Amino acid sequence: MAQPTKIDFAVGIGGENGQGIASTGDILARIFARRGLHLNAYNAYQSIIRGGHTFLTIRASDAPVRNMGDKIDVFIPLNQDTMDRHLHLLKSGACAIYDSEKITPGQAADGVQLCPMPMKELTQGNKLAINTAALGATLQLLGIESEPLESVVTRQFKKKGDAVVAQNIAIARAGYDYAAQNFKAFPWKTPMGAKPLGVITGNQATAMGGAAAGVKFYAAYPMSPSTGVLMWMAAHARQLGIMVRQVEDEIGVMNMVIGAAHTGCRSMCATSGGGFALMSEAIGMAGMIETPIVCIDVQRAGPATGVPTKTEQGDLWQVLGAGQGDYPKLVVAPSSQLDLFRTIPELFNLCDKYQCPGLVLADLLISEGTSSIDPDELDFNVKIDRGELILPNGNIDGANAASGYNDKAYLRFKNTESGISPRAVPGVPGHIFTAATDEHDEDGTIISDEFTNPHKRRMMVEKRGRKMQAAIDDIAPPKLFGPENAAVTLVGWGSTEGVIREAVEKLAGEEGIVANQLQIRWIVPFHAAEISRILWQKNVIVVENTYSGQFARYLRSETGFDAQGHIRKYDGEPFMPHHIVEAVKDQLAGKTRLSVPVHEVLA
Amino acid sequence: MSATTEPAVTTTEKPGQLTKDTYRGRIHPDWCPGCGDFSVLAALQTAMFELGLQPHQVCVVSGIGCSSNLPGYVNTYGMHTLHGRSLAVATGVKLGNHELKVICTGGDGDGFGIGGNHFVHTMRRNVDLTYIVMDNQIYGLTTGQCSPTSVKGMKTKSTPHGSVENPINPIPMAIVCGATYVARAFSGKQKHMVEMFKGAIQHKGFALVDVFSPCVTYNKDNTYQWFNPRVKILEEQGHDPTDLHKAIDRGYQWGEEIPIGLFWRRTDLETLEEQEPVLHTGEGPLAFRSNLGIPSEQAKALINELL
Ligand SMILES: Cc1ncc(C[n+]2csc(CCOP(=O)(O)OP(=O)(O)O)c2C)c(N)n1
Ligand code: SF4
Ligand SMILES: [Mg+2]
Repeated sequence: MAQPTKIDFAVGIGGENGQGIASTGDILARIFARRGLHLNAYNAYQSIIRGGHTFLTIRASDAPVRNMGDKIDVFIPLNQDTMDRHLHLLKSGACAIYDSEKITPGQAADGVQLCPMPMKELTQGNKLAINTAALGATLQLLGIESEPLESVVTRQFKKKGDAVVAQNIAIARAGYDYAAQNFKAFPWKTPMGAKPLGVITGNQATAMGGAAAGVKFYAAYPMSPSTGVLMWMAAHARQLGIMVRQVEDEIGVMNMVIGAAHTGCRSMCATSGGGFALMSEAIGMAGMIETPIVCIDVQRAGPATGVPTKTEQGDLWQVLGAGQGDYPKLVVAPSSQLDLFRTIPELFNLCDKYQCPGLVLADLLISEGTSSIDPDELDFNVKIDRGELILPNGNIDGANAASGYNDKAYLRFKNTESGISPRAVPGVPGHIFTAATDEHDEDGTIISDEFTNPHKRRMMVEKRGRKMQAAIDDIAPPKLFGPENAAVTLVGWGSTEGVIREAVEKLAGEEGIVANQLQIRWIVPFHAAEISRILWQKNVIVVENTYSGQFARYLRSETGFDAQGHIRKYDGEPFMPHHIVEAVKDQLAGKTRLSVPVHEVLA
Repeated sequence: MSATTEPAVTTTEKPGQLTKDTYRGRIHPDWCPGCGDFSVLAALQTAMFELGLQPHQVCVVSGIGCSSNLPGYVNTYGMHTLHGRSLAVATGVKLGNHELKVICTGGDGDGFGIGGNHFVHTMRRNVDLTYIVMDNQIYGLTTGQCSPTSVKGMKTKSTPHGSVENPINPIPMAIVCGATYVARAFSGKQKHMVEMFKGAIQHKGFALVDVFSPCVTYNKDNTYQWFNPRVKILEEQGHDPTDLHKAIDRGYQWGEEIPIGLFWRRTDLETLEEQEPVLHTGEGPLAFRSNLGIPSEQAKALINELL
């Protein structure tokens, strides 16, 4: 068989937590990325350290990969349970690699190659090395040379000493050779890409985006799936000159972040929905005292403790409503790991400009999900614009707006035309003021219990609100992807960009259905006029990971546009492209206006 | 209670020309006449003057409550934050700019009730802060409900039959939580309070001064008249503030004799800021570091970790 023009395959590894699935995945991801292949990895795991069912999917291709895809080509069940749940999903051409002494296969579809391996013999009884032997076999089937495996295994086990490295290399080789003699390789060979790529998780990308933006203060309280940001920050704090603190609770986190930001530091924190709820009042404080901060809500399935290790988009309205009262904030929903990296510096510049909180809606899917990354696209040389900030030695562009020692001349909350008031920080001579969460006058004096001041209250509400009028011009409007005229327009927001994109391509390629996509990234401000213009008279289906259709409601509230159809998934697992494809077909055939795709893994 | 705007006395003076008036804020306090908090404010202003603090190098951070209105009444940088959150915000301020003198002020409800978690953890971290609590054993601003320091049996608007809960005692609590300067003062003894404040501000590490600051409007039990015959100054009794067990014992003392003064001090523990190398790179406070972002060599190293 001739080599196809595009190679696209996925490896699925499943077992119990604690069976080394994540590190096996890391090894594979690095081998693929170093070859220059694009990849996307998603780990469906549970919130326990050992036991439970974990299933990691790594999909790789010589073309861009935006989600975990629909199929598994190499299936590595590390226990019987995984075999039983997933074998029935394999299609002809796929293969299953397993320990012949421990695991019995069930009924597989025609054309599925069963690859039993005598693991005890191949690993010389080292149970921990079964993954390594299976990796060797996998590379053999994929037509990859053994050298890359050896170098990545060396890297992975270096810390454990030369003996462990040597043993694992020997076991990998044994698996590799065993597969050569006993199994049939795929009819294609895994290609090489143009240049070596890196591997990044969304949480790493978020942290790196913060570092690029000049974050000097990062605080957090551990909470899945946001903890990866804290771990990256803590590991790099001293080298990069960032103060990193683990605080007693998320209330403390946000208040501490605001304190540091108030002194002039770029300050950031990440959490998940529960922690975000605790931060809510303080986010309002950042709005009231006009202190810029950035907070990332890595959503997981709620409410309450919910499903700590599963994804959802259910925090949209929580984030929109964060903090009591009515005040301006910025809300953005990045669509990929790379987008997370780029969004953080962009958001910091806007927060500094408008002196308000900036909130990021990420989710488990992209923040814990892994993707390949072109090192040239991780551009740390980002624009840094601190806005109207007054530091002791002049602001960044030159002298102080009002220098000297006369504190009376300075109005921290000056009622300017734009609503933006030059911001001095503690330590600057001549600019003394008190920042109060009570309503205050231009100089910071509290007016909240003055009977005579409805006019001042109105002035200050309008001053803060006015800041947002110009913000819409600073953010890019969303663009329609695909042909202007289509049978259906799929609208999504944030992390679902990649899977909807692939569904659009599949609809065109496999089903002959012309679809296009509008992915929304900026939630506040919202390009309502442009979005209305795009969606006007189109047949629109909103795709989202919620039960109640939070985004569809938000779209309607901002534009008056009522979508014709809905595809919703709230079982904790992300959409796969075929879920969307099937649902669109059903809806175009008039079968339903609300589709809830079923995740196929056996219960 | 309305805030009257007075001609602001500002730091038009150059350093060295500080007067007592320098520390007067833009507005006159709107506390009830006779409120113990007036004495605390005056003592704090005197302490700052006597220590020669530059107003722009001080940040006074409060929560919410009658007592927490204090930052608006002193001429320094100020933050009037959320109910219970002053210590968390102040920790951020101190870490963002560790060259500032950071002084927290607030009430017993603010600090020991809603803010209790931050209180405990800020002390164990030994952040270099001065924390002044105007402890009136009542919720003043919300018009007289029970507080965490209201004595058992006290009748308040929320405990009309008398409180059945035990109060907490902030002095022993602070000592065991790791505060390194633990003192008590009384609004009726302003000169002594000034000394407690000066010691706290000069102390390197977390300093608590719990002040009996009577609420003349809502606490009819713990009044000036009640405290006056009872308070006894530790410094006049030869108390040794380095004796841990004595400090705790005297802290618990309540009834006919109630000690005020410095219970506990230790100077052998490093502060949080001293232990954080990122503050000691020779580039000054984090807030004022120039060249934000990552130089290209460092960026390369970060990217290499991904390859
Ligand atoms: C989150 C929150 N809960 C409740 C309140 C209402 N509140 C304001 S001050 C206060 C208690 C004040 O007591 P204390 O801290 O002892 O200060 P005091 O007025 O006695 O000086 C309360 C309950 C609030 N502002 N915020
Ligand atoms: S209510 Fe009490 S605490 Fe508040 S100002 Fe009046 S006397 Fe002081
Ligand atoms: Mg009180």
